[in-house]
Amino acid sequence: MAKSESSTFVYVTYIRTTPQKLWSALTDPEQMRDYWFDMRCESDWKPGSSWRLLFEDGRVADSGEILEADPPRLLAIKWRNHFKPELAEEGYSVCTMELEPVEDAVKLTVTHSIDRKDSKLIHAVSGGWPSVLSNLKSLLETGKIAYKRSKPAAAA
Amino acid sequence: MNDDAVFRALADASRRELLDRLHQTNGQTLGDLCQGLDMTRQAVAKHLAILEDANLVSTRRQGREKLHFINPVPINQIAERWIGKFEQPRLGALSKLKKTLEGKDDG
Repeated sequence: MAKSESSTFVYVTYIRTTPQKLWSALTDPEQMRDYWFDMRCESDWKPGSSWRLLFEDGRVADSGEILEADPPRLLAIKWRNHFKPELAEEGYSVCTMELEPVEDAVKLTVTHSIDRKDSKLIHAVSGGWPSVLSNLKSLLETGKIAYKRSKPAAAA
Repeated sequence: MNDDAVFRALADASRRELLDRLHQTNGQTLGDLCQGLDMTRQAVAKHLAILEDANLVSTRRQGREKLHFINPVPINQIAERWIGKFEQPRLGALSKLKKTLEGKDDG
């Protein structure tokens, strides 16, 4: 994959928690709703299983499959947008989440990339991930989210 | 987040230029970033290491290449902590006024 033919978003944040708690927050639909603006996630998080992100009203925002799941270290999702034609037509992207304990925190690296230059999808998720992940950090560290309402990552 | 490391990393024109270049094209190699810069490869590598230590840049291996990516987190946190708090709307209005009066984008 040559860099000129791909688009990538990288987000690195340190969260004061344990890898196990962070993994649980990343995969438990109940917890996800709290920091992901009421989006509903469906998956059993096993490699090869389907993965879907739904709006509150049941419309599919994004879907794909679990490429890798190595709790509590690595999660990779094959990810395609569904509700915006110009993003959907770009096809599948890959989102990986890496968890690495660092002192009394966990370094979370979210990488979202697609094999296409100047991707609209990557541009869109670049606007959405920061609010979702900032909420996740606040939730784990303080029990409260930072933003109540914003565009979900998928809808950004 | 270590505010000091971020501010120190940002307090250098060459490092800010490297961030600007990564903002323009994310995911570049050291070689890419050296192009057109009046700096030795070693100097650029050193600046990138400082940016990486401050968590402003993250690197990924892709095949044999090491690519550098902007990490938006520390700058966003600084913006929230040091700019949002101090009346961002007014600053926004002033900045817009200045741009309108001066007729350019990067005043």
